[in-house]
Formats: sequence, C-alpha cells, structure tokens
Amino acid sequence: MAIRDRLSGNEVVAIAMKQINPDVVAAFPITPSTEIPQYFSQFVSNGVVNTEFVPVESEHSAMSACIGAEAAGARTMTATSSNGMSLMWEMLYIASAMKLPIVMSLVNRAVSGPLNIHNDHSDSMGARDSGWIQIYGENNQEAYDNVIQAIRIAEHKDVLLPVMNCYDGFITSHAVENVELIEDEKVKTFVGEYNPEDYLLNTANPIAMGPLDMPAFQFEHKRQQAESMKDAKKVILEVAEDFYKLTGRKYGLFEEYMMEDAEVAVVVLNSTAGTAKFVINKLREQGIKAGLVKIRVYRPFPVEEIINALSKCKAVAVMDKADSLNAAGGPVFTDITSAFYGKISGVKVINYIYGLGGRDVKTNDIEKVFNDLLELKDGKEMPVYNYLGVRE
Amino acid sequence: MAYNLKEAMKKPERLAGGHKMCAGCGAPVAVRAVLRGLKPEDHAVICSATGCLEVCTFMYPQTAWEDSFIHTAFENAGATLSGVEAAYNALKRKDKVKDEIKFIAFGGDGGTYDIGLQSLSGAMERGHDMVYVCYDNGAYMNTGIQRSSATPKYADTTTSPSGDVIPGKQQFRKDLTLIMANHHLPYVAQTAPFGNFKDITEKAEKAIYTKGPSFINVLAPCPRGWRYDTPDLINVIKLAIDTCFWPLYEIENGKCTITYKPKEKKPVAEFLKAQGRFKHLFKSGNEKFIEDIQSEVDKRWEELQRLEG
Repeated sequence: MAIRDRLSGNEVVAIAMKQINPDVVAAFPITPSTEIPQYFSQFVSNGVVNTEFVPVESEHSAMSACIGAEAAGARTMTATSSNGMSLMWEMLYIASAMKLPIVMSLVNRAVSGPLNIHNDHSDSMGARDSGWIQIYGENNQEAYDNVIQAIRIAEHKDVLLPVMNCYDGFITSHAVENVELIEDEKVKTFVGEYNPEDYLLNTANPIAMGPLDMPAFQFEHKRQQAESMKDAKKVILEVAEDFYKLTGRKYGLFEEYMMEDAEVAVVVLNSTAGTAKFVINKLREQGIKAGLVKIRVYRPFPVEEIINALSKCKAVAVMDKADSLNAAGGPVFTDITSAFYGKISGVKVINYIYGLGGRDVKTNDIEKVFNDLLELKDGKEMPVYNYLGVRE
Repeated sequence: MAYNLKEAMKKPERLAGGHKMCAGCGAPVAVRAVLRGLKPEDHAVICSATGCLEVCTFMYPQTAWEDSFIHTAFENAGATLSGVEAAYNALKRKDKVKDEIKFIAFGGDGGTYDIGLQSLSGAMERGHDMVYVCYDNGAYMNTGIQRSSATPKYADTTTSPSGDVIPGKQQFRKDLTLIMANHHLPYVAQTAPFGNFKDITEKAEKAIYTKGPSFINVLAPCPRGWRYDTPDLINVIKLAIDTCFWPLYEIENGKCTITYKPKEKKPVAEFLKAQGRFKHLFKSGNEKFIEDIQSEVDKRWEELQRLEG
C-alpha cells in the first residue's frame, strides 16, 4: 500500500533520495534547496542510507565531485538552486559531455542580480542548452515522482545524460502538501542496481576520461551527445509507462488540461499550472473554452507533440517565468513559436514574462491573460512580448 | 627496503612515453618519479587539472596514462578526485570494488596555488584519502607564461613583463607548502626531481601510503618560461635547491624535517643567472633587486629551520 503523508517538496525529494539510496551525494547549501542536503545528511548520520555524503566547499566543487563520483561508477545525486547552479555552470556542460547520469534537484530560484531568494525560472532556463535533461514538476507529488523516474531515465543506456529535477522554490519546496509515497522496496526495484559499463574504478579495464579534443573529433562527440538527447524522449515515455503501472500516476512529455476543445490556452511550467487550472475551471463554468499545456519535459523539447496539442487553438499565451533580456521574448515562447514555424499557421501566439523574483501570480493575473487571449482571438491587435504583474 | 635507483627504475612506467610534453620540462619527470612511489601491484586513479600535463598526455584518441585517469576542468582536481574517492568508499562498502586503489591528483601552480586553491583546500580539509601533487613551474605556462602567485619576484612573464619602469613581477611567491601544512594534514612535503630521485620518490611513497590527505609540492621547471637550455633541467633544479630558493622538507604529523641541507648555501644569483626570465636583473644598477630576492630567500630559509626546531 502506498503511504499517504503531509510533506514539503524538499522533504519529499529527500525521502525519494533516501529510498533511492545513491552511492554518493555531494552538495553545498543554498536557499531554497538547502533542506535537501540537511535531511539527507541526517539519513547518513542515522545510518538509514549507506551513501557517501561529501559536504563540499562550493557548488563548483559539488558538481565536480559528482562528476568524479559518477565517472568512478557511483550512482550520484545532488541539489542546488539559482546562483549555486550559476557557479556550477562550467561543470554542467562537462557532466553532460562526459555522458554522466547525475540526478540533480534544482529548486528554482531567481538568479542574481539583484540578490533574490524567491522563485522564478531564470536558473534552469539559463541552463536549458547545457545538455541536461530538464523535467519540471507542478507540486510536491510531481517533484517526488520525477526524481525517482529521473534515475531510470538518466542511466538508460540509450541516454546516459544528467537530469535536472526542477520545481519551484518555496511554493513547492517549502509548502506542505498531501503526498503519496511509494514503498521503499518498490522504489528500490523500480530504480534497480546501477551497473555502468565503463568506470574509473574498474581495475580490470582502466579508462581515461575527459580528454582534450581537437577539431578532428569534437564535432562527432557533440553530435553523439545530441543524439542521446533525441533518444531520451522515447525513454522518458517508457519510464513514465512503467511508473504508471507502479503507481497509477500518469506522466507524459507535458500535461494537457481541458485541451480537447480549447480555443484559448496558456503554456506554463511548474506551480503556476495549479493556479491556471483553477482559473480554467472558473472560465469553463462561464462557457469559455480555456485550456492549459503544462510542460513537464523541456529538454529534450517535444517539438512535434507540443504543436499538435496547441494546433486547434485560436490564441495561445506562453508564460515565461524568466526573461531572455533579448528584446524579443522569453525562452519557452521562442521554442514554442519556432516549433510552430512552417507547420501550423493561424494560431496566434503571444508571450508573457511573469513572476520574476518571486512576484506572486494570482488568479486575477491568469484571468487577465485569458481575457487578452479572448480579445486576440476576436481580432484585436496585441503586442507579442508582454509583461504581467509588473509596475511600469 | 632502502631506496635503490636501479630497483626503482625497474618498476613499470605508469606514464607512457610518446606524450607531447616539451623536451627539458620538469613535469613528466616529476610525475614518473611520483608514480614510482606506488607499489606496482596497486591500482591508482589519477586526476589532472587542465594544464600542460593534461593536454599533452591525453589528447583524444590517445592517452599516456596506464592507470584510470580523469580530467574535468582547471580549478577542480581536488574536488573531482574527492568525488572519485567518495565513490570508492561507497562501492567498497557494497563490495562492488575489491581492489586497493590509490588516488593521486596533479595540478600545475595555476591549477593549485591560484584558481584551484579553494577546491584543493576543501578536499584536504574533508580528509579524503588522496595525494595532491602540485608541479610548480612558477607561471601559467600552458597559456603562454603568465604570472601566477607562484612566480618568483622580478621574473619576466607575459603579464608581469620587465619594462623600462617595472622590473618584472612585483610580489614574492605564495608559500603554498606551508599553507597546506597549516591544514594540519598527516603528510606535507616539498621536493623536486634530481639526482637519483630518492627524495621525490620516497616522499611520494610516504604520501601515497599515509592514510588521509597528503600534499606534495614539486619544483618542475619549464624551459620555455624559465628560458634555460633543455639539457640543463636538472642543473637548474639543483641550483634552486642549493641556493635554498626551493628547500626540500617534509612535515609528518606536524613534525618538520628538512630532508636536504646544502653543505654550502649558494648565492641565489647563481639560480637566477641560469634563467633568461631574470636576465634584466643582471644589468648594471639592478643589483638591489637581486639583493631583495636574496634577503627573502634567507628569511624564509631561517623560518624553515626554526620550524624544524
């Protein structure tokens, strides 16, 4: 029987890590992800896991140690947020290029400056092209479910890429919600043993990792890395199917909410989806055909699938909780509109930058977006690149 | 067993020939001497910071390393290898790894004294069972001889050039060996490859087989940066030692022992004169700069002798 409990997002992710019982966890504290290494080091101190916990002196060293550990043949996990991941930056690219299936929970927080500890997605959005798989979760349950699935996805032989388990700082990480935990034994069976093919500690077959590449080889290596990201999509769906059989909870590349007949829709990531669903329910009562696409897998980006989901809409708002500061539009908006190009026409797509630095996103903000979309649908001219809830 | 060069040289090479390091470079000589400190039957995982050593020994698809080897970046050999060592502890507990494996990191002075100092300090403080070896050539040689905090005062480098107004680097060297000693590690040593390599290989062996974190600082001259003729490598090292510019010592569980005391301490000018990077100091009127270096060398040598007690 699954275990029902009331836990915060960080607590439930730490419990998932306890159940996974990785070989190595190396981490450095940063708000709002700090609780994860705190809870986890207590598990280590209490002997309920047999993980080697490495309390490093910086996030750069955290990711470096994770790379060393994973290359050595150890299942390795970590957690961070915001500037912590900024400091890891160099190593993010090296981890993915070395094809190391590290799983990191990224508790989304605004990147400095100015210094701000609250939620937006500027941290993970900045790293969207670092070669990491990025999976986003709306609430505590999804953060838990995703981190468990991430192990299987990352370590699959057709993938071997690191995975970022992203969820919103404070809103998800610190809020206590009802969650359904899987029994320890079932998690253990689901993630299985980690048995890498090549690793540093295999004395029967020593290996050199992390070479200097000249122009004669670098391109082929990057090309192979790109192929792994393409292959990941299939694996993510296979793992989701197994997870559904285990728990009855269904996951895909994204979630469609009231999209069958939606004329106006918003595209969001993470916790804003909950607020948007509440607004959509209200609008539906008024006979407005509103819907939602909540992206779960942002890297690899589900190009075909997402435009299919949006193709019958008349007007769509892509909501970005990070600004690209490029005078053109946010990152998710750019990806969605690129996906549309040359394939679907007649769907009007606009962009809202919202919630930066933890600015609260209320139901009336989402209502405003839908009202704008209804006017856009009826022919009103609107700018493409918009800001929501900011004092101009 | 007492050290014997013939016996030591019979050990299988763990850094294969054919790598791309320059003729007359101290680094591969130092690395091979350090690796001879390993028992032939023991396995090792070697980690290198980005630098000459890494790019010249592991250019895809070739590697000169007989043991498992990992390079990730410039400033993090300490952290990278601490992750490998953590993995070893975890997998050994689970009986997934059965062999004895030793962990050795190599970094130049750039990757160790400067950009990698935090990562090194963290790894040593956490007590990982590993040896960190700095091959100190006193500048960022891989990028073209820029100054580092290990560059001697008045050396001419590409970012501390000697000019009409400023006579080369303006600061004395950072004393990293003593900084590491003050981490209260079980074993810290300063050495160099010369003679029959007894000093370096014995210190390496001690470091490798001392439980816990150890640090060894090895003087590894660079013919391009120091501007000496490549056959003069060992002579230049010998002058660094005999002038007490680079004293040889070890600190074992807090006890300092100077492992070589020159019978006659030579003037530092002899060491400087052997190198093109100090050429400007020998112009008339610049004697005061050499005196300045001499008095610092004397001061540090006296301090070290006091430390030995």
